[in-house]
Amino acid sequence: MAREKPITLEINGRRETATVPSHRTLLEVLRGMGHVEVKSGCEKGDCGACAVLVDGAAVDSCLTLAWTVEGRAITTVSGLGDADSPHPLQQAFADSGAAQCGYCTPGLIVAAQSLLSANPDPDEDDIRLALSGNLCRCTGYTKVFEAVEQAAGAMRARGGES
Amino acid sequence: MLGEFDLEIPDSMEEALEMLATADAPAPLAGGTNMLVDMRAGAMRPERVVSLARLGGMRWIEERDSRIAIGGGTTVSDLLRDKRIAVHGASLVEAARVFAGQMVRNTATVAGNVAYGSPAADLVPPLMVLDAEVTLMSKADTRTVPLADYFTGYKQTVRKPDELIAGIAWPKRRPGMADLFYKLARRKGDAITMTGVAVALSLERGKCAGVRIALGAVAPTVVRACKAEAMLEGQAPEAARIEEAARQAAQECEPIDDVRGSADYRRHTVHMLVRRLVGQAIERLR
Repeated sequence: MAREKPITLEINGRRETATVPSHRTLLEVLRGMGHVEVKSGCEKGDCGACAVLVDGAAVDSCLTLAWTVEGRAITTVSGLGDADSPHPLQQAFADSGAAQCGYCTPGLIVAAQSLLSANPDPDEDDIRLALSGNLCRCTGYTKVFEAVEQAAGAMRARGGES
Repeated sequence: MLGEFDLEIPDSMEEALEMLATADAPAPLAGGTNMLVDMRAGAMRPERVVSLARLGGMRWIEERDSRIAIGGGTTVSDLLRDKRIAVHGASLVEAARVFAGQMVRNTATVAGNVAYGSPAADLVPPLMVLDAEVTLMSKADTRTVPLADYFTGYKQTVRKPDELIAGIAWPKRRPGMADLFYKLARRKGDAITMTGVAVALSLERGKCAGVRIALGAVAPTVVRACKAEAMLEGQAPEAARIEEAARQAAQECEPIDDVRGSADYRRHTVHMLVRRLVGQAIERLR
């Protein structure tokens, strides 16, 4: 059986093809393709730095085999917005000082987006629950929770789009 | 980095069972949140892996007459979104809420948590007090096993290499029944359980009925505290009797010393948590 094959992934709305061995994780493939906004942390599902959306739900890309997500919509933090046109979560993280070294930030924003797409009006308990798989080792979580609440408010005011 | 292996990704249960029915017994991989970690650490080195990530039609929750049933592909997050589970599996919802973190919950399957056979599997004590049954399917056969008989030793189960968990089902909540779960760990999420306790019981004319107590992470498998259950069954829930049963439950586990807690402390927490949860169940029903 071939242990390597070309696969096509839909990343941030663009189709990209690469030849990938069966044991490669989505994290390794994304970073290999240049999507280095996806961070590698613990590589065992504890820290959430590698979180990406697969069909809108956040997953740890370090625990996802690349072959299994062919044809699924993969969104990294860069797919949500950029400096010129930030996503409300990105704006709120910047405004409330929710990032320090920034290593956990892509995963936190992706996990928060996964929450807000399912629950546009979360209480603090919902936010804590949704972010319990994201570890930050420098600023702590208070500003992060504030940022998510702020973004949720902004998104509701905008009528729930994006 | 993971070692190399052959990877097959079937689209249907039939196809998956066909692949598992071969002599070299490939390893089934569901959400992968346990198994890929073990494979990366070198604790497991399968030559052939069958991914269940893309099986159609295995992710469902159904009400069937007097029972609730979930498919083998149902994720931990699916439990948190379903109103029927909230009614008929309150203890299971409590366990799902404190299960790892969101990304793991979005990927990990309930069946995988059972199949892996860890004594610290958080969904197992609630499913056990709910009297859950596991349906195992192979190419040739389908059989149903009570969850209480599913585990045979540390990470050992009755599942044969060619079988998959097709579904898990349990009776709907009886009127006047309460079920609770508590996970004792360093923090609420993203932590391995030191002691997990689930309790279910009903009050019938002031007497305890259908008493179930399951203990997690304090023996080679999740275990029922059957003697403690018997001490409460048919009895009025007086404080002294609850205390006696909680003491008995602590004698029915076989904890070990590890990085999360000593055996003595674990035994003490079983005593305290059983007393607390039985008390809370009674309070809720009064």
